[in-house]
Amino acid sequence: MTPPPGTPDDATAATSSAPAPSAPPAPWALLAEVTHACPLHCPYCSNPLQLVRTSAELNTAEWARVFGEAADLGVVQAHISGGEPLLRRDLTDIIAAAHRAGIYTQLVTSGLGLTPERLDELAAAGLNSVQISLQDARRPGSDLIAGRESYTAKQQAARVIRAAGLPFGLNVVLHRRNLDNLQQIIEVGAHWGADRIELANTQFYGWALHNRAALLPTRDQLDHAKTTVAAWRQQHSTPELVWVMPDYYEGVPKPCMGGWGARSITVAPDGTALPCPAAYAITDLAPPNVRDRPLSWIWEDSPAFNAYRGTAWMTGPCNDCPRRDIDHGGCRCQAHALTGDPTRTDPACSLSPDHHLVRAPAAAAGGPVPDLVYRRPGAAR
Amino acid sequence: MPAEPADASWRPVLDRSIVLRYDRVRGTDLLLMPERAVRLSGAGGRILRLCDGTRTVPAIVAELAETFPDAPLDAEVPAFLDRVRTQGWLR
Repeated sequence: MTPPPGTPDDATAATSSAPAPSAPPAPWALLAEVTHACPLHCPYCSNPLQLVRTSAELNTAEWARVFGEAADLGVVQAHISGGEPLLRRDLTDIIAAAHRAGIYTQLVTSGLGLTPERLDELAAAGLNSVQISLQDARRPGSDLIAGRESYTAKQQAARVIRAAGLPFGLNVVLHRRNLDNLQQIIEVGAHWGADRIELANTQFYGWALHNRAALLPTRDQLDHAKTTVAAWRQQHSTPELVWVMPDYYEGVPKPCMGGWGARSITVAPDGTALPCPAAYAITDLAPPNVRDRPLSWIWEDSPAFNAYRGTAWMTGPCNDCPRRDIDHGGCRCQAHALTGDPTRTDPACSLSPDHHLVRAPAAAAGGPVPDLVYRRPGAAR
Repeated sequence: MPAEPADASWRPVLDRSIVLRYDRVRGTDLLLMPERAVRLSGAGGRILRLCDGTRTVPAIVAELAETFPDAPLDAEVPAFLDRVRTQGWLR
């Protein structure tokens, strides 16, 4: 595992998944969802169907403690996300606390409210990079998915980030309504000056699962999109394109989060700690809360973070599968969402006895487009 | 092999997006950047700490030679810095 002296080594390749380790390897990243409040209403929002009220949010001092504990545990990166983190009036103090703990920070924002003054203040507090979301290449499509007028604000936010000279990422969630515009989306990102564009195919949990028929692309759309990405990469060195794989057509599950409780901790606005932002939906998980326990106990000892570590929990075809240390049985949240049992093989795997649960909707993709159910409190009940 | 003549005036400095820091938990130097952490082994961190935009590559080699008089620095340091520059992490 030790590379030759002086050779940069990608740290993501340096962690391994020992079976049910008693002392798990240190976490690298913290996803800090500082609020669920958001000006946008995207129908694939990764926040839970039941949103946390602002009155229940961790305060500034609690977030500062979380970052300190996270850094002691080995966390070196934090994604300061939401909801819309800019809606927190104490965001500067939150970022300053992460910076003081020695953590590299990335603000993950819709861009709405990112004025030059606000960004200057955040950068002075130690903010290292900014990622904004874009919903589609052109204004009507982007505003339709966002559920409000927002394209112009994003365009302005991009200018503000560029002017400040901070590393600038764009995140675009892909689905049947915007995949055909992928070339234009990439061109917009290049025009806006993004250093990298994350092309994140919709993962179907929570709000996105609720809207699956309206969002699931056809195989033809995905095949065409892959060609577009490959052609761009061949002709351009920047922006860097990151393709987050869709899993309904591949027949192999994604190695979700690099394994359960292997790399990353999510802390929700109310302090709930999860191995993955979608794991709130696993109803019998009983996730711990940073208000009750230190993060070290949560990472090392909590039943929730240990539930699907290693391979001992696996069932069905995962048991003797040669890929089980590569894909970790796929996504626990997807197994739970589609089968009701988080220990089953991810239905995205072609070896899963539940594979029809992704094949059937995939085969029906491209049919009539149902109305979008926008993310709003109570909308998905 | 000595550095290319074009590199003689290069004063390497880390790109603004990059943070070099020691990770006390893992006992290693890291390069941090958006979405990525890169583990530096051997003298990688020590070399990059000298890349502050004021020193030329020969000056960096000379400074390291005071600590590592027997190491093949003339060949390895410029090659290492070139690799890091190719990644876009050094300017």
